[in-house]
Amino acid sequence: MRFLPAGDLAVCVELGEEISVEVNTRVRALEFLIQQKGLTGVVETVPAYSSLLVYYDPRVVGYDPVCAAIAELVPQATTAVLPPPRTVELPCCYEDPDLGFDLAAAAKRLELSTDDLVRLHAGAEYLVYFIGFTPGLPYMTGMPERINIPRLDTPRTKTPPGSVGIGGIQCCIYSVESPGGFWILGRTPVALYDPSASEPTLLRPGDRVRFRRIDRAEFDAIGVAVAARTYQPVIS
Amino acid sequence: MIRILDAGPQTTVQDLGRTGQMRYGIPPSGPVDRFAFVLANRLLGNPDTAAALECTLMGPRFEVTAAGAIAVTGADTPVTVNGQDAAGWATIMVKPGDLVKLGPARTGVRSYIGFAGGLDVPLALGSRSTYLRGRVGGLQGRALKKGDELEVFPSGPVKLRRVPRGEIPDYTGEPTVRAVPGPQADRFTPEGLRALFGGRYEVLPQSDRMGSRLRGPRIEHARGHDIISDGIALGAIQVPGDGQPIVLLVDRQSTGGYTKVATICSSDIWRVGQARPGQSLRFQSIGVEEAHRLLRESDTALEAAVREEIA
Repeated sequence: MRFLPAGDLAVCVELGEEISVEVNTRVRALEFLIQQKGLTGVVETVPAYSSLLVYYDPRVVGYDPVCAAIAELVPQATTAVLPPPRTVELPCCYEDPDLGFDLAAAAKRLELSTDDLVRLHAGAEYLVYFIGFTPGLPYMTGMPERINIPRLDTPRTKTPPGSVGIGGIQCCIYSVESPGGFWILGRTPVALYDPSASEPTLLRPGDRVRFRRIDRAEFDAIGVAVAARTYQPVIS
Repeated sequence: MIRILDAGPQTTVQDLGRTGQMRYGIPPSGPVDRFAFVLANRLLGNPDTAAALECTLMGPRFEVTAAGAIAVTGADTPVTVNGQDAAGWATIMVKPGDLVKLGPARTGVRSYIGFAGGLDVPLALGSRSTYLRGRVGGLQGRALKKGDELEVFPSGPVKLRRVPRGEIPDYTGEPTVRAVPGPQADRFTPEGLRALFGGRYEVLPQSDRMGSRLRGPRIEHARGHDIISDGIALGAIQVPGDGQPIVLLVDRQSTGGYTKVATICSSDIWRVGQARPGQSLRFQSIGVEEAHRLLRESDTALEAAVREEIA
């Protein structure tokens, strides 16, 4: 464990130097404990793969005391303290090349049929390590080793929201139109970010995500329901 | 209430910003120059949290439709009311029908227009601040445009106040900005750190509320420029593979995968936000305790800056 100063308003608590479920679980457990205990002077927290950025108010608490208070919680930061995770089911249309525009190329690169690639991707359960980059964008792992693929050589400048992409061991879903280097296999019609909703982001750190294969007709139908605000994603 | 006749290139509603949303990827937003923003409110007797306008390089032209008071701070911008010069860094009383115009900034980038009572726009995730990329907060999540009408909360009687000339920040020259090394200072060579804390860095035009892009002596990495993505604090100096720094501001991405060599102190970050493209900065390395002392000093300076006018 290391405490790294991030200016005068934040400290980065590094719990490991690897991307693993084990380290990330401890990060999220530490965040949960800090929130629960209401540590003096802590303003907000941002979990990432293996570290937690803790924003504090130096008018209320100094650097050494806030680090000491966090350090005291670290030994208790294990899976046991976390509430049971939510599982969010996201419909995903893989079959239309207008939506999953890299599916055929990714399958070729991986020497798989497109159907096998979709089966492997949709069959897995993903863990949301954290949310970042753009509002509501989940950084997830859980992909079968067989579909581990290097990121695109040349990132594209625009990726439509809802695009489901893979790169390395990661799977991500673009929440707003943004540049990106992932191979896009399909698209979900569900909005991960809706600025006019009372809770604008759908996913939270620690969520489990499952994809459900849908055809283009269902994609369009759900899209209509999402626009009309009548669609409720399946969360258990 | 005010009616916008000409919005200027990027005028947005801001308050002190959002908290608790960075874990969902939503940045705090709020004013790039918190010091000038807070003074605009204090000149009007508003709480520091009241919503005001942030203007970029060129302010708006607007019509006042109800009696009240305004104050303009930040970038040195000519202000006129009905064509008559009015003072910046001071309370300006306005009445219905008055036409207020801010000209192009002579020095600095961001000016602030405070309104007695504060701007009345809906709270979005606990804040009135506009986050343009996320289309949230302020007026429908966007910059102002011609024809917009903004309501102002009722205010009590306003006293005439001003900031004495000696307390007005100077946005010209080559400011020295203090920064705490880290969180990834150990990923850079000693030469790289010497470059950062010894060289001049010029502000590039591709700078915005998300970050200021700088160009100067290469800040050399010791072992690669990529890290396992982590959270990005206000003022983080991110250094991608080209060795050129990007200072992350209020609309920054919540997390990122580039090394951050140092983090600019919160009491100095406005100097970066007010530096124009072409202007240069220098960096000075300080410790966390020293940065906290500077923040207390800055709070005290804010307390002392506003004086009541003596008739």
